[in-house]
Amino acid sequence: MSQCSFKVHAYDEHDDRVCSASENCVGCHRCATFCPTGAISIRHNPLEYRNNEYWKAEAIEDIIKQAETGGMLLTGMGNDKPYPIYWDHLVLNASQVTNPSIDPLREPMELRTFLGAKPDMLQVDPQAVELKTLLAPQVPIEVPVLFSALSYGAVSLNVHESLARAASETGTLFNTGEGGLHRKLYKYGPNTIVQVASGRFGVHPEYLDVGRVIEIKIGQGAKPGIGGHLPGEKVSADVAATRMIPKGTDALSPAPHHDIYSIEDLAQLIYALKEATNYTKPVSVKIAAVHNSAAIASGIARAGADIIALDGLRGSTGAAPKVIRDNVGIPIELALASVDTRLRQEGIRNRVSLVAAGGIRSSSDVVKAIALGADAVYIATAALVALGCRVCQQCHTGKCAWGICTTDPILSKRVNPDIGTRRLVNLLRAWSLEIKDMLGGMGINALESLRGNRLHLRGVGLTDTELAVLGVRMAGD
Amino acid sequence: MVPRSAHQDPNADQVVQLDAAGLHYRQLNELVRATVAGGMRKIKLLNVHGQRYIGTGLDLAVDIEVFGTPGNDLGAFMRGSRILVHGNVQDGCGNTMDDGYITVEGRAGDILGLAARGGKIFVRDNVGYRTGIHMKEYQEKCPIVVIGGTAQDFLGEYMAGGIIVLLGLNLDSGEFHQCRFVGTGMHGGAVYIRGQMRETQLGKEVGVQELSPEDKELLRGLIMEFSGHFGYNGDEILSGTFIKLIPRHLRPYGRLYAY
Amino acid sequence: MKNIEQWNNPYNEDKVIAACGLFGIMDTSGRAFSGQDVVKGITNMHDRSNGLGGGFAAYGIYPDCSDHYAFHVMYLTPRAREETEAFFTTSFRLASSQELPTRKTKNIVDPPLMVRYFIPPDGARNMDFVDDDCVTRTVMHINYCIEGAFVFSSGKNMGVFKGVGYPEDIANFFRLDEYCGYMWVAHGRFPTNTPGWWGGAHPFNILDWTVVHNGEISSYGINRRFLEMYGYRCTMQTDTEVVAYAVDLLVRKHHLPIEVAARVMAPPFWEEMQRQSDKERALNMALRQTYGSLLMNGPFTVIVAHQGEMMGLGDRIRLRPLTAATKDDLVFLSSEESAIRLVCPELDRVWTPMGGEPVIARLKEKREQEAMAAVRSTA
Repeated sequence: MSQCSFKVHAYDEHDDRVCSASENCVGCHRCATFCPTGAISIRHNPLEYRNNEYWKAEAIEDIIKQAETGGMLLTGMGNDKPYPIYWDHLVLNASQVTNPSIDPLREPMELRTFLGAKPDMLQVDPQAVELKTLLAPQVPIEVPVLFSALSYGAVSLNVHESLARAASETGTLFNTGEGGLHRKLYKYGPNTIVQVASGRFGVHPEYLDVGRVIEIKIGQGAKPGIGGHLPGEKVSADVAATRMIPKGTDALSPAPHHDIYSIEDLAQLIYALKEATNYTKPVSVKIAAVHNSAAIASGIARAGADIIALDGLRGSTGAAPKVIRDNVGIPIELALASVDTRLRQEGIRNRVSLVAAGGIRSSSDVVKAIALGADAVYIATAALVALGCRVCQQCHTGKCAWGICTTDPILSKRVNPDIGTRRLVNLLRAWSLEIKDMLGGMGINALESLRGNRLHLRGVGLTDTELAVLGVRMAGD
Repeated sequence: MVPRSAHQDPNADQVVQLDAAGLHYRQLNELVRATVAGGMRKIKLLNVHGQRYIGTGLDLAVDIEVFGTPGNDLGAFMRGSRILVHGNVQDGCGNTMDDGYITVEGRAGDILGLAARGGKIFVRDNVGYRTGIHMKEYQEKCPIVVIGGTAQDFLGEYMAGGIIVLLGLNLDSGEFHQCRFVGTGMHGGAVYIRGQMRETQLGKEVGVQELSPEDKELLRGLIMEFSGHFGYNGDEILSGTFIKLIPRHLRPYGRLYAY
Repeated sequence: MKNIEQWNNPYNEDKVIAACGLFGIMDTSGRAFSGQDVVKGITNMHDRSNGLGGGFAAYGIYPDCSDHYAFHVMYLTPRAREETEAFFTTSFRLASSQELPTRKTKNIVDPPLMVRYFIPPDGARNMDFVDDDCVTRTVMHINYCIEGAFVFSSGKNMGVFKGVGYPEDIANFFRLDEYCGYMWVAHGRFPTNTPGWWGGAHPFNILDWTVVHNGEISSYGINRRFLEMYGYRCTMQTDTEVVAYAVDLLVRKHHLPIEVAARVMAPPFWEEMQRQSDKERALNMALRQTYGSLLMNGPFTVIVAHQGEMMGLGDRIRLRPLTAATKDDLVFLSSEESAIRLVCPELDRVWTPMGGEPVIARLKEKREQEAMAAVRSTA
């Protein structure tokens, strides 16, 4: 009964029984998972409006809510609308006869990836046979999956700690999000991407120094083109200390960086951060996938970024206006394909690493993203599901029954960092095994042989235009 | 005040002159860092002509004197150095500054003190757009910007903390400050304004207050400091009329959303 | 018919996006000076561009044939030159033609052939004299119909010099140190793609109008569709191009003063108009109601120049920088003050105009002529 943070269950003393306000249920499964007797089951409430294919329940209920409040509808998680899912229209190749598949259990299988700008060519001293080119900073990751930006304040410290420790154990990176990094987690710095967003919360020289990679957040797939807003209730003493703002104040992130109104301004901030850290760290730039992503990405590469993170239409958020989440941006599969293609056409793909984000659900999504051209992917929702999240889309309420997207001290305890770390490590281990299996099947034993190798993809059920944008041939073709 | 930890060093009081003519910012800043690594704490930069990021990435308190026109992002991400500019500065001066002290014997471009968390900036003349945008304060850290002239639009936009003082010393009598949308989105900190401003020039999130004795005390200190830098008579400045702008709500966008 | 869109915008983007640094100098007394200063100024803002485009416009550089239309044409193939020259001879009597003097420059790779033609005022074969509309048609015809040829400058007593490279290299390539003009405008470009095509660099030119631009115009889609109603063809698909056509439409065809044209592109807010005098409000509201589709939204700074006049203008909320300065008869416009100071350390006045507030420099002589005209019209 106490498990529910949405006040579904209550004990009626008079009648001595538990009653349920089922209209409050968000479908988070917390009670069902923890019911000692397995007595709870959750079903969709069948109260329906008169059938209408145009005026569906969601449209009607949204209007009612807005008529009552006069406010923008707020929501959490990612876009839940039935846009096409291109991952599910892409199939992978496997070796048969002409080329042997490789058994990943016994043969070497390399997933290590280096994030950072690569030079166009290397110079080698012919006499000494010695490398003369100085490479830009390179950051190794042992599995091509990074934990995406989840800010402390949006999620609890226990979540941050689980991500940081899991990244450390697995040899990958976690991203602080824009809320700074709690001092307790500084020791995980070598596995940390420190984010610099428009609010510049918790950004100071030490923070920049402690991270392995610095990421400038321009946009986010769940809410391209708009800023962020952490309500004062979530700004606890600890969150305030990490963000370096007074407790209980709203933390407003403006929509743009006010020192970036143009591509040459982005170059200016990239180099400001490089100057601030003496050129020791790669600088990543994260953008939401939008119509002109390819041109924008090309500009970012030329502006001196070492990594470009592209976040697609399905990307999640702790809170966003519903109208933005559900209507703005483009699917990551298409954006990724067109960005990779463009950077190659311009001969600058080597200059940047490409990280795809926004709705990666499984190891097969990872493999398909890499074949489309990504160096690595970011996951956030998938990581949170590993921690307990059941995608009930109530992140914006701060009442997360799983203690993930909340800073409520009591709810936060529901994520145990030891257990959380273990579950995340397990997830990445499982995905690594699956990725190796898929690679082996294709006769590939090093991940870079799959990167941008679209011949290992085929499309099913796609139009010619879709296939052309994806740069993938029709299955059977 | 800026911590002055460097004085034990025997080279601390020696002044090093560096000629910036023809140098790219990367070369110049490397030179500055190398000089600081060599134990020097006082540096004069001559013939500066647009080099960016001067003062960025120094982890010690250093005195830098700039002759010429420094480029964008002067003192960006700075922690603890002092910069004196004999001339004007461009855009992004004091960007995300953590601590430090910048004096500008001239005017400043746009987004002066953007997202600064601490330190002080004194500008003798006018400033451009969005001065002090998204400044914030934290515990003992409180960024302060004092401007001798007037400002362009969006002064103190999105301000979450810190203090801006706008003196309007170069306005003719009867002339109004030119800035519009002052303090729009402001949800923390305070803006003190000397000189005339119409209510229509203010953003809708700010309210106007009379000065309290504490405000006057604070202003006196800052204006005396300002006057000391630029040779003004502080008492004369203080005799003008001031208003104080404060956020009307700590949660300006509280009623924006439906849950 | 060839497809310039394909050259300039090979990826079929909504528009070609580029940002950059701008610099302009004018001597309002009309005294001519060499291109060295403008090169020095724009070079100081090297980091605002990325080597994929640089260009200059120079006014007053052909004083000996100041009434001739000067065409600068780039050719990708010898055949393009033959075809273009054949077309010229059917329409015009050329006063002279020669290859533009260039210099081998290290970072300038694979330049097209550049040829200059002078067309005298009475040089039309089928008309008494050559006029602006006839020149515009010719430019459009060559640019649209002759494969491999592109007219990038077509005004009188002025010239555009531009290409793929950093501005300092482009200046060296075109030997700009050898020209003298009373007004120079320069551009260093930071495009987000590589058209690798020389015609895509700034300044954009039609007749003696030139535009250099920093920023991205979010209203491009409707600006373009509005201009298309007036017969402009946005062949280059850049947001800069729409600025050039908008000014041409408003100033040359609709006879609005350039200050008023600036108010069309960066109008006051409706709320501000409520506080204006009746007369001013009536004008501003009518301008915005009529030409609302030419409001340039999003971040931009432009320098628009034509004979005797240079205007710097930024968007209404100043999302891109512009600094102006004066020293005696000189007027400077620049993305950064340091570039001006490098050219001219001691200035009489240096300031940053408000967003939407145009800075206009005029030849004194032109000012006097206009004053006289005003006197005559009121008399």
